[in-house]
Amino acid sequence: MFVPAVATLGLLGSACGTQELPQNALDPQGPVARQLDNLWDPVFLVAVVVFFLVQGLVLYCLFKFRAKSDEDAPVQVHGNAKLELGWTVAPAMILAFIGFFTVATVFDINRRAEGEEVVQVNVIGHQWWWEYDYTDEGIKTANELHIPAGEPVQIALNAEDVMHNFWPPKLAGKVYAIPGRTNYMQIEADVPGEYAGQCAEYCGLSHANMRLKVIAHERADYDRWVADQKRPAATPAASDANAVAGAGLFGGQCTRCHVIEGVQGGEIEQPAPNLTHLASRTCFAGCMFEMNDSNLRRWLRNPPAEKPMNPDNNQGMPNLGLTEEQITQLIAYLNTLK
Amino acid sequence: MALTESRPLELTTGVDATEDQPLGAFTRPRGVTGWRSWLTTVDHKKIGIMYGATAMTFFAIGGLEALLIRTQLMQPNGQVLSEEAYNQAFTMHGTTMVFLVIMPMLAAFANYLIPIMIGARDVAFPRLNALSYWIFLMGAIVLYASFFLGGAPDGGWFGYVPNTSITFSPGRNIDFWIFGLQITGIASTVGAINLIVTCLNLRAPGMTLMRMPIFVWMSMIAQFLLLFAMPIITVALFLLMFDRQFGANFFNPQAGGDPVLWQHLFWLFGHPEVYILILPAMGIVSEILPVFSRKPLFGYPVMVFSGIAIGFMGWGVWAHHMFAVGLGPVAVSAFSISTMFIAVPTGVKIFNWIGTMWGGSLRLNTPALFAIGFIAMFTIGGLSGVTHSLSPHDRQQTDTYYVVAHFHYVLFGGSMFGLMGGFYYWWPKVFGYLLSDKLGKWNFWLWFVGFNLAFGPMHLLGLQGMPRRIYTYDESLGLTALNTLSTVGAFIIAIATALFLVNVVVSRRHRPATMAADPWDGRSLEWSIPSPTPHYNFLEVPVVHSVDDFWHRKYTEDEHGRLVKIPPMQAEAIAEARADEDHAADHGHGIHLPSQSFYPFVTSLGLPVIAFGMIYQAYVVAVIGAFILIGGLYAWTLEPSFEPPPPPDPLDDEHAQGDMALVGASNPAIAATETPALPAAGRSSAATDGQGA
Repeated sequence: MFVPAVATLGLLGSACGTQELPQNALDPQGPVARQLDNLWDPVFLVAVVVFFLVQGLVLYCLFKFRAKSDEDAPVQVHGNAKLELGWTVAPAMILAFIGFFTVATVFDINRRAEGEEVVQVNVIGHQWWWEYDYTDEGIKTANELHIPAGEPVQIALNAEDVMHNFWPPKLAGKVYAIPGRTNYMQIEADVPGEYAGQCAEYCGLSHANMRLKVIAHERADYDRWVADQKRPAATPAASDANAVAGAGLFGGQCTRCHVIEGVQGGEIEQPAPNLTHLASRTCFAGCMFEMNDSNLRRWLRNPPAEKPMNPDNNQGMPNLGLTEEQITQLIAYLNTLK
Repeated sequence: MALTESRPLELTTGVDATEDQPLGAFTRPRGVTGWRSWLTTVDHKKIGIMYGATAMTFFAIGGLEALLIRTQLMQPNGQVLSEEAYNQAFTMHGTTMVFLVIMPMLAAFANYLIPIMIGARDVAFPRLNALSYWIFLMGAIVLYASFFLGGAPDGGWFGYVPNTSITFSPGRNIDFWIFGLQITGIASTVGAINLIVTCLNLRAPGMTLMRMPIFVWMSMIAQFLLLFAMPIITVALFLLMFDRQFGANFFNPQAGGDPVLWQHLFWLFGHPEVYILILPAMGIVSEILPVFSRKPLFGYPVMVFSGIAIGFMGWGVWAHHMFAVGLGPVAVSAFSISTMFIAVPTGVKIFNWIGTMWGGSLRLNTPALFAIGFIAMFTIGGLSGVTHSLSPHDRQQTDTYYVVAHFHYVLFGGSMFGLMGGFYYWWPKVFGYLLSDKLGKWNFWLWFVGFNLAFGPMHLLGLQGMPRRIYTYDESLGLTALNTLSTVGAFIIAIATALFLVNVVVSRRHRPATMAADPWDGRSLEWSIPSPTPHYNFLEVPVVHSVDDFWHRKYTEDEHGRLVKIPPMQAEAIAEARADEDHAADHGHGIHLPSQSFYPFVTSLGLPVIAFGMIYQAYVVAVIGAFILIGGLYAWTLEPSFEPPPPPDPLDDEHAQGDMALVGASNPAIAATETPALPAAGRSSAATDGQGA
């Protein structure tokens, strides 16, 4: 029974020493996640004590009470009311104690951050990407959530299609995004930085590829980011022929699903990430790929080959059958969307 | 204790209704050997063996799926399975292990053991028992047919909507899942009724409820849970079927339906289901430990009532599967508290098991190793379960590998260890030979090490950010080493399981000509009858005087409470007196075994036909299936309640002497199968006669 303990402790040691664990829930980086961790730590200790108590008793029995011969005449104990009462009441009292703090924390984490200055974001889960709608600022972006560090951010969760589950482990516990309902959660990062996360509720084919990033900035940097995002989309310089051609292509095809603020499109058939400031992002396609020209090129050649999707059933981006030239033009245009 | 001391129910006689002579075409089959005997058997022992064999087959299949999953996850960006195949593999692994492995294994144990532990000659409704096995098999076939018909279910064993709705899962995969589970659900419900009635009505004279073996108790509680839990999943599956096939909108948020309703229904079934899977295994452990400690179960009444308490509380904790769904702080608090407190009766059991071993004379044969392994592993599962009840932190745990680790410690470290111990323990009673203890110990230690390597690291994986049901993960997450370790563990488990099968074959080759009736120095009634169990179980139904009645025929206690073997002379006298008593109680009833029947099998054939008709929306086919089903039931009711006198019975051993009348099933009064033909007969009443029904 010490196999798991030893094995995991050993690995924990080596893992912590040599490797980064970007989604480690045991390493909270903000007050919300830390509050959960603070509840966990003492209870884990209690559990460890009970673990050693029970396993110790079992081992003691194994060594002490091994049969010596077939003639052993053990005392036939049928039970012991006092002992049994004891090990009913004692755990109940420990649990009641734990329960008290649990309930207090439950109500605490359900409080919403309020106030003029609190950043509010609507997070909407889609198959298989995250949409972030900063309603107050009029910004829509995808996969990378930008927040100011050192202040609580209030999130309202929804889903477009199936259930998803928003989980940035170092900043907060996960909360479901459910179509037709709104859930709320708070997140907060102590210091600026990038925090990884991903969708935790099985949401179909590309559930594993529905990742996310929370990028926390100093407040001033955050305000600058907001100002940048509020600008309408760039129009490619006339001198950049590829980008101009790409813009034309985009208007013809891509606007059926993607929105670029300020670019005319028809009716949106199926919501896809808002690309107004695509080039300002560091990842795309559910944060599956780093944002660079070669990844974009591979993606545009045949999206379902890069990320499992089912475009025939309106789940994800179809292969548009673009030529290499068209792809070059599109990338040139997308790169202007700073 | 008025309730538990009362005598079993006495049912009215059904003699009048079943005295009709057989119609020529409907004579009942009666071969007791050959494949046909398995098809038509209503013998609880054969049915138990069929349940067990089927479950082992699916254990191999479900295990294969697990190995595929683990191979895929051994390294980042695994390429063994496509994402589509992976989603099918984890869905079918979960569905298989719960519905087609542990549940039927428990049914196997309950079917085989309950009658011989309570002193009965069969279950209350033998044909219904056969029906429930065949229906279960049909459900499994429908579920697995999907692999050959366009793809297995891929919505997870929990099947959350809207992902499983027709919009997002337009294939037929989910329909196979719905109908497969729906059919196995019928089997469980039918079986639950049968076993509950058996426990309540067919106990040997003198066996009050509080003298019932603890395994029978735990199984009966599990059957009650099944009886009330299965209708809930049935309703949920029906609603989903209507959503998918007929455009209903129960779960469709776009039309005002509520996908969270599905979660409530599923877990209101799903959590009692967990206790259905664990309680009988707890019962097995509670049977094994006293025998191998040579001490009675510590606190039998507390063990019974903690089992009942778990059964009741199990209905009030389902929403702990939904702590991150947004139920609001009041509901979350309530379910946190209830979840914490269900740990209390569970903890009581663990300490009582330790109390059983304490001061005993422990023999570490294979069954004991598995039982003790159960305690050690289940404790870990129980403790991680308590951490789930810290609902705020559960937001970190839920939907991660931490939860995967937790329930494997409960269902594998718990249920499967208990079941495996049960296999080693009762194997000689069922098959007439002991499994090798040497191979058994290898089996145990490899299982133990493999299990901990496979599932121990998952605790950390989950907390370090690995969500469930992902077919791939990125190297940058730093989860590679633990995943590799886990995969190695999974393969060790596979080797250990193969070793079990090797043990079965090898030990069989070396089986003794005759098997001792009581190889472990057992405590309960099944060890008082020959091994393997004769097909009539008990020559004379015993009269029970206490818990562990058989033990007290062999042992007594001195003034210090120490164990004393009753001297041979005295033991003989006691045995004689007991035999006289048994004989007096049983006098004049003879052995009445129910007749075999084709109709349980025929009836069950209707269900997959209905299912395929529905899945392919070929409603004519479904109607044909309904006709098979109704026709089978109709013929069943018309079937004569008895058959012509059987050929001379091979039972002419030394037991069958004296005035022991072997009436066989030719006596119309007691051969009436499902019709409760239980003439009141003094104190033995239903208990002794019930085996005829």
